[in-house]
Amino acid sequence: MADKIVLEIPRYSPERDVKPHFEEFEVPVHKEWVVLDALNYIKDQVDGSLTYRWSCRMGICGSCGMMVDGEPKLSCATFLSSYSRNGNKLRVEPLRYFPIIRDLVTELSDFLVKLKAVKPWLIRQEEPPLSEGEFLQTPEQLEQYKQYSMCINCTLCYAACPVVGLDPVFVGPAAIALAQRYNQDSRDQGAGDRMAVLAHPEGIWGCTFVGECTRVCPKHVDPAGAIQQYKLKAALDWVKSFVTPLGRKNTDVRREAAND
Amino acid sequence: MAKQSSEAVLWSLFSAGGVVAALLIPVHLFLFAIAFPMGWLRPPGYEHLMLLLRLPWVRIYLFLMCSLSLFHWAHRFRYTLYDGLQVKHLNELIFTLCYGGAVAGTVFAGYLLGNWSGP
Repeated sequence: MADKIVLEIPRYSPERDVKPHFEEFEVPVHKEWVVLDALNYIKDQVDGSLTYRWSCRMGICGSCGMMVDGEPKLSCATFLSSYSRNGNKLRVEPLRYFPIIRDLVTELSDFLVKLKAVKPWLIRQEEPPLSEGEFLQTPEQLEQYKQYSMCINCTLCYAACPVVGLDPVFVGPAAIALAQRYNQDSRDQGAGDRMAVLAHPEGIWGCTFVGECTRVCPKHVDPAGAIQQYKLKAALDWVKSFVTPLGRKNTDVRREAAND
Repeated sequence: MAKQSSEAVLWSLFSAGGVVAALLIPVHLFLFAIAFPMGWLRPPGYEHLMLLLRLPWVRIYLFLMCSLSLFHWAHRFRYTLYDGLQVKHLNELIFTLCYGGAVAGTVFAGYLLGNWSGP
């Protein structure tokens, strides 16, 4: 492990720059330091204008995602010592495929619009009276969706997905995995609403199952698997709607409701 | 752009074709391209294979293997052209060529297997 490492960071200020340019910063390497510690060192000791997002420092808030040596990573969970061989330079960049606001800060509005579109909350067609008490779930029912509920919206999967890069209107891995999280929840009754939004060429059918989203997920969610499950469900729903006229009618009603 | 229902059908055919192409075709290749020529297994005679072809379920099996594999290819190749060459704006042409090719191959396989009446 070397004593020091040079970080290459793109600097961009919309008021000053036409496009990002790289600047180099030499930082000390401590065994327990993560990439975020190096960025905090630069901001505190070298250049206070360096701009980046971070909050919890423990892989929960999902705000410090960056391209570290070309890979989407949480900078708070990526040890500097892994890259600090003698003479090495480490390139830290904003997440790929997102517009850049400033330095390492990306614009997330488009992601938030996509996230809201899949209705990632519990939907009930009818609410039972409070006197019936809380909704109970068995451990097996919890297990159905628990994996997908670990998503922290860090958007690393978007930076890893080549389909997002080629087709910006693609809904993307995290939003579909979160839709699946609520579909699988025994308390939810909104799977039809979400299917109407996602069974679309820019939804689940846009995914070509590259699988990079699952590989880079820091919380071990499997968005690629969720999308394949969704495709199977959509295909079976289509067969059902084709075979049973009632099923088709219900699907059409849900679709119209979701489009309103 | 293809509608939702057609995407569901095309993906189902792609998926079924993937299973066929990954599981069954390697078995045929192993038997007819390696095991029989190398003498590891005793090959069936020509007359025996011709008799097998008289069975309707053998013809249906061969038809499905050909057709589903072609639809698997069509779907994969369509997206390879979209993403690999980044020519999604030629969607209608690519769509027609890929799935049209699979339909043509399916019709040809059906014609050969349906009209085969033995040597």
